Amino acid sequence: MNCEYELYKPSWCPGCGNYMIRDALKKALEDLDIEPSKVVLVSGIGQAAKMPHYIGLNGFNGLHGRALPPAIGIKMSNKDLTVIVESGDGDTYGEGGNHFIHTIRRNVDIAHFVHNNQIYGLTKGQASPTTALGQKTTLQFDGVKLNPINPLALSLTMGAGFVARGFSGDVKHLSNLMKEAILYKGYAHIDILQPCVVWNKVNTFKWYKDRVYKLNEDYDYTDFEAAYKKALEFGDRIPIGILYKVEKETYDQKFSFIEKGKPLVKAELNPINAQNLLEEFY
Amino acid sequence: MDYSILIGGAAGQGIETVVELLEKIIKRSGFNIFTYKDYMSMVRGGHNFMQIRFSENEIFTYNNEIDLLFAMTAETITIHKDKVKTDGIIICDENFEDNDVIKLPFDKLVKELGDNRAIGTIGVGFIVKYFGIEYDIAVNTIKTVLKDKNVELNLAAFKAGYEIGESKFKLESLEDNKILINGNQALALGAIAAGVKFYCGYPMTPSTSVMSYISKHANEMNIVVDQVEDEVAALNMALGASYAGVRAMTGSSGGGFALMVEALSLAGIMEIPIVLFNAQRPGPATGLSTRSEQADLRFVIHAGHGEFPKMVIALRNPEDAFYQTARAFNLADKYQIPVILLTDEYLADYEMTVKPFDFSRITIERYITNESEIEDERYKRYKYTDSGISPRLIPGIAKEKLVLVDSHEHNEYGNIDESIETRVNMMKKRMKKLELLKEEIKEPEYIGTENPEVLLVGFGSTYGAIKESILRLNSQDDKFGALIFGDIYPFPIEKLNSYAKKAKKIIVIEQNYLSQLKSLIDEYTDIKVDKSILKYDGRAINSDDIILEINKFLSNDTI
Repeated sequence: MNCEYELYKPSWCPGCGNYMIRDALKKALEDLDIEPSKVVLVSGIGQAAKMPHYIGLNGFNGLHGRALPPAIGIKMSNKDLTVIVESGDGDTYGEGGNHFIHTIRRNVDIAHFVHNNQIYGLTKGQASPTTALGQKTTLQFDGVKLNPINPLALSLTMGAGFVARGFSGDVKHLSNLMKEAILYKGYAHIDILQPCVVWNKVNTFKWYKDRVYKLNEDYDYTDFEAAYKKALEFGDRIPIGILYKVEKETYDQKFSFIEKGKPLVKAELNPINAQNLLEEFY
Repeated sequence: MDYSILIGGAAGQGIETVVELLEKIIKRSGFNIFTYKDYMSMVRGGHNFMQIRFSENEIFTYNNEIDLLFAMTAETITIHKDKVKTDGIIICDENFEDNDVIKLPFDKLVKELGDNRAIGTIGVGFIVKYFGIEYDIAVNTIKTVLKDKNVELNLAAFKAGYEIGESKFKLESLEDNKILINGNQALALGAIAAGVKFYCGYPMTPSTSVMSYISKHANEMNIVVDQVEDEVAALNMALGASYAGVRAMTGSSGGGFALMVEALSLAGIMEIPIVLFNAQRPGPATGLSTRSEQADLRFVIHAGHGEFPKMVIALRNPEDAFYQTARAFNLADKYQIPVILLTDEYLADYEMTVKPFDFSRITIERYITNESEIEDERYKRYKYTDSGISPRLIPGIAKEKLVLVDSHEHNEYGNIDESIETRVNMMKKRMKKLELLKEEIKEPEYIGTENPEVLLVGFGSTYGAIKESILRLNSQDDKFGALIFGDIYPFPIEKLNSYAKKAKKIIVIEQNYLSQLKSLIDEYTDIKVDKSILKYDGRAINSDDIILEINKFLSNDTI
């Protein structure tokens, strides 16, 4: 099986970064030689979240802001599946902010790719949680009055073991990041910078292109303080690459029957097995 | 014989241990038990009480008259003394300044024993002696229930209490062949028997004990229990687990259930099987956290934006909670729908003796298709069929087929599709299942004389109170019958129509203000309800309350 198919023409605008992110994902899965039937792509709502419709993988296109909880349920029920979450900045950092925080706490073995175009695309140009302070939008006529979220600083603070930033304009680099994230045992967060060609006239392709730079090869991604500094660097220069990566015990490893046994979905069910539980009620 | 003991005091005084010991001692002496629990939303202080009723006959609810009141605080006497029968007694410490009570040297004995916590067990000793319960059974029960937790201290306390008491009754022990269980434990056991592998939830009284029971047995039964960040996550996460192929469950009480409503609608359009429960407590909003009501009936029936098929089952008693919960998983899998179990604080917390559950009666029917049976090259998760039910594959287990589920309106493959044709066909496909459910639902249970003049109608946890009312009323004048709904949505109307035709008066009994069950009867039948007996004070209705109301109504309104 191949994860490429052309049945559905994406409803993304020409020039949208989502195309490049899809190319990077396809390449990553092909390079890793993972059967599409062993992958579940989970998403919420938004332009980015339509990804399960435009790629040949198992898909769970759920509710706005709610991509992470089903991904956790899926991974814990079938540890053999590769579970990838793709959603936008509004979905992940706004509507789904609480799930984002607590998913990091769990450290479930999933890869989370956030398409961050710093604007709401599908609902036509309102501010997202990552839109810059003061930026005028189709709703914030006087400019945004809320401070933006710093997604990477947040996930680092919450204890994520894999924190990275990618850029849709560099598919090869992004694809390699995705491979690392998928292979990583635990929750892996990639914030992917992506221009919105229609609604964000500030953070354009050129804007990102002029600012992003790749982290040096001698950058030590196990150094938390260095990672935190890099996470705060978002202005004239924006680093891309793996900011932080360390080993951490994953959520499923904390359940011995999952760690040692077969996936829960393959468990044989027999009501009689529970009969002994009646004893305490006599 | 039919006795009631009320133990009252402040939170933190150990009432629960006293009750646990007494319940097990009385149960192992072979009597039927019904324990009603009334507690406040606080960790220390306040006034809590529990009432143990026991009898050689079957009993189904608590009652309003007390034979023995064990007051651990002075306030307990003030609040409950009016309920004590004329030949009943009140026991308390000798320092309490009350008249007409039996003052016992609790404080003095506790000082001799050297541990304040022994007060309750001294009371247990007194009570066992008073009712003439077998001494050896009591001693053995204390040893087994407390295991290594201060057995010696408690045995000494028990003996001290036993020695200062006098026997008023002499109870001959009977054979003990029942279990003592509450509704939440039974619900949790039903889910475990049905093979639940994933349970997630957020603590909220009175739903929490389902999660804590499953959690206690999670490792031995291989169940993932996840305490989620909020109830929004809970149902979404459970739906992910169910999509991946395991039996998953979540539950909460009114406010938490409200947060699940968005994802309930997701289950509807994604056609993912799921079982969830709402242990009702009085609202609106925080309402009365630790008390009971049946006011979410309409709420759960209509929960979820848009229209989609679902099923609602009101649990009637612990046995029902066990068997119906297990059945709910089969129904959810068969129709790929959400099934909501409706319970409440009363049923969640009261404990009663019931016949041990028969696990061999539980079947597990998954309705999951084999990949080899799928003819389409590309798997259609939402394939149009005559029944509206599409063959279900599990992602990853199917090796050559992809499983795509979607929250948008979608075509047969699960891809977004906004066309008029797809929308209309998919609505019809999903709603067809609602028609099938109408064939699946169980009619309400009927109790009473075959041709009733007066028909009582209720649902869910009022079962015991209504059943006992019928038994008591018919022993005086055999003209009463009752229908008590378990399956309540889709609303079964056959038995209701046939018994309503026979009856001259129809009385609905429910614990809410608007008489929501009556409104369902109005909606789905032409039956005219003559009277609604409603209780919305947060406390469970019992047969004393019901009989009083019925007699009042019938004396004003001659048949």
